[in-house]
Amino acid sequence: MANEGSSSLPAGGMIIEAGSSKKYKTGEWRAQRPEVDKAKCTDCLTCWIYCPDNSVMVKDEKMVGFKYSHCKGCGICANQCPVKAITMKEEGVE
Amino acid sequence: MSEPMAINGDMAIAMAWKQIDPDVVAAYPITPQTIIVEAFSDFVANGEVNTEYVCAESEHSALTICVGASAAGARVATATASAGLAFMWEMLYVTASMRMPIIMAVANRTLSGPINIHCDHSDAMGGRDSGWLQLFGENVQEAYDNTIMAFRIAEDMRVRLPIMTCLDGFIITHALERLEMLDDKTVKDFVGPFRPVRPLLDVKQPTTYGPLAMPDYYYELKYQVQASMDAALDVAKKTMDDFAKVSGRKYHLAEGYRTEDADYVMVAMGSTAGTMRYVVDQLRAQGKKVGAVKVRLFRPFPAADVAKLLEGKKAVAVMDRAMSPGTGSPLYMDVLQSISRMKDPPRVSNYVYGLGGRDLIPGQLTEVFQEIMANKGDRINFMGVRK
Ligand code: SF4
Ligand code: SF4
Repeated sequence: MANEGSSSLPAGGMIIEAGSSKKYKTGEWRAQRPEVDKAKCTDCLTCWIYCPDNSVMVKDEKMVGFKYSHCKGCGICANQCPVKAITMKEEGVE
Repeated sequence: MSEPMAINGDMAIAMAWKQIDPDVVAAYPITPQTIIVEAFSDFVANGEVNTEYVCAESEHSALTICVGASAAGARVATATASAGLAFMWEMLYVTASMRMPIIMAVANRTLSGPINIHCDHSDAMGGRDSGWLQLFGENVQEAYDNTIMAFRIAEDMRVRLPIMTCLDGFIITHALERLEMLDDKTVKDFVGPFRPVRPLLDVKQPTTYGPLAMPDYYYELKYQVQASMDAALDVAKKTMDDFAKVSGRKYHLAEGYRTEDADYVMVAMGSTAGTMRYVVDQLRAQGKKVGAVKVRLFRPFPAADVAKLLEGKKAVAVMDRAMSPGTGSPLYMDVLQSISRMKDPPRVSNYVYGLGGRDLIPGQLTEVFQEIMANKGDRINFMGVRK
């Protein structure tokens, strides 16, 4: 629970720190988890372009998986993947 | 100080804006505010001001553009009335909670329905809880003076809230009256330069405006508006003192007229105040101990000032040019809360009048005084309605 008083908060709730959305773990919202089948994946990076939470991880121009701390499970990546390499799995179900 | 001129209230506001030369004006024309934005867009077209004028496609958009411009670091003004103000409703709250010191002239006009273009205060009352300050002017001179004072009050770092400068539709907006303008330099010096707080265009200090606030922060951010409203009472008082020094016209948050030894007092806002003083003088000539209170600043409500003016009186009539069907009207409710801790408070009655531009006749106010002096009348009265 927050404990700052009204007078110590920036006026109007302005956020005065850049990049603070990193601290907001939207991964806690997730009901479904994207999983990639790298055998199908062509590394076209369409999923990386579309992800609204910057949660598709890319290394050396290759798609290498998801950052689950911030992936909120919206399924946009699975929907956009041209080769259907991403499937959405229920969280908490093996 | 200029030579006195004959001018209507809308033009007086446009002239005040011209002297202040705000960075951005975004508006949508609506009767009876139209003259303000028409005249001001002429000033823009003629190069007489440096303002960026945005013709919005609706009032909701107009105020949204104003908020964006204000967040970007601009001094901003706009104007509306009636349905236009109602259409801004969502953005009124956003403007205040984002602490944007925008100045908005409200040419008070009733709300539909039935559709009607004439004066009452229902439109402004719809915004009374939004976190905007509200100043009501009695005549053309006050519409001009309130506008100039409003910029300074809104932009004060202790306030940083938007202000509505209200003037009665047609009665003030369209009637020619005497106006004494201040000279441009006096106005510019009085208002001072605009001081932005973390403007969006400052890339060295990246800022997010208007983010969501969950239950753990919403209340504290709302309380900031309350704290600024409290501070605004003093800031407004001080601004009115300073304004008297440059203009010779002394204003108060709530102004008493012959109240000192009065037993019976009438309270009103806007153009009715003049009629009220005329009736007070007539009754005084007959030896009746009556007085009047004009409330200039309606939000924040100057409860202590009003209570001081009403202390020890026998009865008070509160004139509301708006109604709240099912209960007392806004000004009445605020007068009641002002005297709620008073020992031996006066008997207070509410009189709803002038809705949809119905004329107010001095004789009607005489009757109200006679009624409260006779200890008669209901708590809430609907003056002159054909039942
Ligand atoms: S969109 Fe599909 S194929 Fe393209 S990189 Fe993402 S997972 Fe791989
Ligand atoms: S499910 Fe949504 S948030 Fe998660 S990686 Fe895919 S697009 Fe991004």
